[in-house]
Amino acid sequence: MSYRNDPYDPKQAALLDPSALDAAVAEAQKAFEQAADLDALGALKPAHLGDRSPVSLARREIGSLPPAAKSDAGKRVNLARQAVQSAFDTRLVELELERAARVLVEERVDVTLPWDRRPRGARHPLTTLMEHMADLFIGIGYEIVDGPELELEWVNFDALNIGPDNAVRGAMDTFYVDLPGLVMRTHTSPGQVRTMLTRTPPIYVVSPGRAYRSDELDATHSPVFHQIEGLVVDEGITMAHLRGTLDHFARAMFGPDAKTRWRPHYFPFTEPSAEFDVWFEQHRDGPRWVEWGGCGMVNPRVLTACGIDPERYSGFAFGMGVERTLMFRNGVSDMREMVEGDARFTRTFGMEV
Amino acid sequence: MKTSLSWLRDYVELPASLTAAELDQTLTDLGMEVESVVDQAATVLGDLVVGKVLEIEELTGFKKPIRFCRVDVGRSDPQEIVCGATNFAVGDLVVVILPGGELPGGFKIGARKTYGRNSHGMICSVRELGIGDDHAGILVLPPDAAAPGTDARPVVGLDDVLVEVEITPDRGYEMSLRGMARELSYAYESAYTDPALLDAPGRTAEPPYPVQVDDTVGCDRFAARVVRGIDPDAQSPAWMKKRLAAAGIRAISLPVDITNYLMVELGQPMHVFDLGRLRGGLVVRRATPGEKLTTLDGVARVLDAEDMVICDETGPISLAAVMGGETSEWQPGTVDVLLEAAHWDAVMVGRTARRHRLFSEAAKRWERGVDPQLPLVALRRAVEILTEYAGGEVDERVLDIDHLVPQAPIQLDPGLPSRRIGLAYSEDEVAGLLAKVGCRVAGTWEVTPPSWRPDLLAPADLVEEVARLGGYNDIPSVLPLAPGGGGLTATQRRRRSVGRALAENGYVEVLSYPFVAPSVHDAFGLATDDLRRSAVRLTNPLSEEEPQLRTSLLATLLGTLRRNLGRGLRDLALYEMGEVFLPQAVDTPPPVLGVDRRPSDEDWTAANALVPHQPWHVAAVLTGEFDPAGWWGEGRAAMWGDAVEAARTALSAAGVPSGQVSVRAADHAPWHPGRCAAILVDEQIIGYAGELHPGVLSALELPKRVCAVELDLDAVPPREVVEAGRLTTYPPALIDVALVVPSDVPAAEVERALVAGAGSLLESVRLFDVYASEQLGEGMRSLAYKLTFRAPDRTLTVEEAVAARDAAVAAAASSTGAVLRGA
Repeated sequence: MSYRNDPYDPKQAALLDPSALDAAVAEAQKAFEQAADLDALGALKPAHLGDRSPVSLARREIGSLPPAAKSDAGKRVNLARQAVQSAFDTRLVELELERAARVLVEERVDVTLPWDRRPRGARHPLTTLMEHMADLFIGIGYEIVDGPELELEWVNFDALNIGPDNAVRGAMDTFYVDLPGLVMRTHTSPGQVRTMLTRTPPIYVVSPGRAYRSDELDATHSPVFHQIEGLVVDEGITMAHLRGTLDHFARAMFGPDAKTRWRPHYFPFTEPSAEFDVWFEQHRDGPRWVEWGGCGMVNPRVLTACGIDPERYSGFAFGMGVERTLMFRNGVSDMREMVEGDARFTRTFGMEV
Repeated sequence: MKTSLSWLRDYVELPASLTAAELDQTLTDLGMEVESVVDQAATVLGDLVVGKVLEIEELTGFKKPIRFCRVDVGRSDPQEIVCGATNFAVGDLVVVILPGGELPGGFKIGARKTYGRNSHGMICSVRELGIGDDHAGILVLPPDAAAPGTDARPVVGLDDVLVEVEITPDRGYEMSLRGMARELSYAYESAYTDPALLDAPGRTAEPPYPVQVDDTVGCDRFAARVVRGIDPDAQSPAWMKKRLAAAGIRAISLPVDITNYLMVELGQPMHVFDLGRLRGGLVVRRATPGEKLTTLDGVARVLDAEDMVICDETGPISLAAVMGGETSEWQPGTVDVLLEAAHWDAVMVGRTARRHRLFSEAAKRWERGVDPQLPLVALRRAVEILTEYAGGEVDERVLDIDHLVPQAPIQLDPGLPSRRIGLAYSEDEVAGLLAKVGCRVAGTWEVTPPSWRPDLLAPADLVEEVARLGGYNDIPSVLPLAPGGGGLTATQRRRRSVGRALAENGYVEVLSYPFVAPSVHDAFGLATDDLRRSAVRLTNPLSEEEPQLRTSLLATLLGTLRRNLGRGLRDLALYEMGEVFLPQAVDTPPPVLGVDRRPSDEDWTAANALVPHQPWHVAAVLTGEFDPAGWWGEGRAAMWGDAVEAARTALSAAGVPSGQVSVRAADHAPWHPGRCAAILVDEQIIGYAGELHPGVLSALELPKRVCAVELDLDAVPPREVVEAGRLTTYPPALIDVALVVPSDVPAAEVERALVAGAGSLLESVRLFDVYASEQLGEGMRSLAYKLTFRAPDRTLTVEEAVAARDAAVAAAASSTGAVLRGA
């Protein structure tokens, strides 16, 4: 029996032998490297890092060493253990990355499969075009005015200097109803009359909306159609201001090269009056002038009927057909497609025009 | 207004090289809307030559006579041409189009083999040349027309430029060569000859025929002259016929042609009476109501008190200014004529023309305004042309009953044109431009318009002339600065939001005409006293079948749905936004509002009170699958719940918090009585949603189970400013409760009771299960709710949460008889 207080036994401390530790480390490194997946790696862990692993057992042997040797042996064991742990960790990261990559591959789907479980709706291009036009005027400080479609005859005609004998008041042009003094408005100008009657200048408004004329429906006419009409009444308003406004509107709608061209015309509610064309660069048949609308300086008689002093104020007015604009701007060739309510027509445009 | 360039050149110097396109542009810039400018020479392309027929060989064996001709066309060898006409002989001059040419209508001519012979060109008929309708045979020219081989265009009259323009209603003077030429002279700054600028014999003490004008408002001038003993067989000269043809007027007889010619040349409509058929003196007066007159078109007309007539002892013989009568008109054999040139009231003529639907060339001119200084000139010209071609003896007496009121001068501020146009015009320039259009400008700027411009009444009219002649397209472009605007109104923003929200939720916007058939109310199953039946009716509808204005959007939207189904679309979710027309009970006429000043507030209010209420509605209809089938599995048919949800979507987009929206079972046509939800905001019904009544669907020939919603957007209260409140970060307590209630208790009521009972700790409530079973018993169902409680200032204890739950359940129990399951 050896002396209990001197337990040192080189045989019992064999595991602390540097070469043994090196061997244990090398074996662990080799085993971890060869682990094919995370499960295999996990299974190897107890054998190399567990309580019964060579490095763990070696640590126990430190106690049997003489005090002078303990420190040195401890360092050795720690280095060995760190090396094994490091080998394990390295492999673990490798395998985890491999697994993550594999999962991404395995989870691949066909992203081109349709997922239209709730088909999108769409807004009618006349609606969106009118909103677009209205926004352009909002952007230069105008306001948008609405008015009833079944309108006082006085507002639709008389106030606009369309006298009782004007041919447009005939049943060939105007829808009448079984209520006296009322008509289906033949333009959206009544909205402007209502504005002049209820507000004082300066007035800068546009009125988009529906109007009615007793035409038969064909490829270029509809008895129910949309207009946007503008009115400005202020001090010192000139035809140059009208031109500037139309040019600005044309550029905003059709691009920086758009401009307008005027032709003298006659409207009872404006004097001087003009019809105007717009230079449309993107026309499907090549750049060209396209008839767009009518305009002029508000006839002083209109101002008078609406209670505005024509000596102090002057104004201009203009109007264009929204259907007509959609036809040349978006290449719609038949008016009927806009009014028939075919869902396919609306869907062509989606949410914007 | 139709005319020809050569005729215009009689009065205005125009560039010799003027092209059709240039003329078009010039007329447009002057304010005439160009319908067409046709260079006749260009309507036939290639070689169109005069040919002389040298030989004719009759080919036999065909179904019709065919000739093989050899024609001298001025070349070394005769041209061999096959022809199907037989109205010509050897030696005749004809019109030949040679191979490579093209006749009007894109008819290309080549050398080709036909009827067994080679034909090199074609001998033309009048119709083939586009100069007339005659197609009975080919055109045979007069023997000395031109040498073979010369260009045939001038020979057949294909050498002019035809012009057709639309004249605006204010410019009557442009309805004449006199006026059009005057306008062109402004554009080209060239010499102008006014055909009316000549001395005409004035009124004589004795009239050539007794005439009395009773109504000098309707007829402020009446002039007449008499020619006797004309040759009744005299023909109109070729030049006149050609010009009338260019003007689109049929030649009738020399006297009538002369009046038409002068109407087009000068702008003065005239009338020729057969002196021998007049009985006694003429009277010009208003018609007595019910008086009858058969006009030249053979129509027996009953006259109105506003119509003006010319009468003799037998009664009305002419509907003044519009159309003559059968009994007094020139007729073949007439030798003594009375030529009349008057001046009629434009408003009267317009009304008479519309009343009798007689839009004659004369009426078109009267309505726009005719120069009142023309009658004597026109009469002098008529008498001269008539006697030149038909002889006869001129009665030197001249009738001229003149009640013209002189045109009032316009006081013009010479600075006004610059201020209105935005381009500086000196006083000299303004005066110069006004003088150019014929105005007399006095030193004090009293401007007297010329007699042919009755449209120039106010300073603004003069401003237009300055701007027009100064050049519209020279006006600078200046964007005015508006004062800051208020942006879209709340109502406008709401309409946009609602439309966008519906579209984003699968609905497709359509627009439909607001016209409906009264039968739609029956199809909808509306009660006889339903207000929606009392629709406004159009007095002149496009279709007698659909004379009413819609009182609901569904009345037209369902028709649009049917049209889409008819075009093969199956799964449809459509929406429409627009006005409906709800009539007022009263139908008294509005007060008369003048135009010389603003209507009084009382009158304006009274007038507006008569305008029917026209609220903006939004409606949607659904059929087929709302959630489509796909590779993921089955689809889901549109159902009542989708319609209700569409209403909630719309209201949410309109800014109504969900707490203000409620849904209640309702029975409202045209919906299914068991599947109709009233949609309420703040307890006010603003519309209905659900599945449509099967009977309605069958009556409208629509598929089963179509669902629909319609809301009155204008009845939705305005959005209030939203208070944000504070978010709490304390944890929620979640408790599920299952309540057993009689099946006829609406879920909404149970939920309302839970919310009311739970108190302020309740954060949200959500129904997550509904079921019925034998175990629950007949007529009972279980509603399972997830209640979420949360306090703003503390973590709730279990006891607090359970107490709140118990309070909720107790409220549900007391108001709906609900029993907590498992309790």
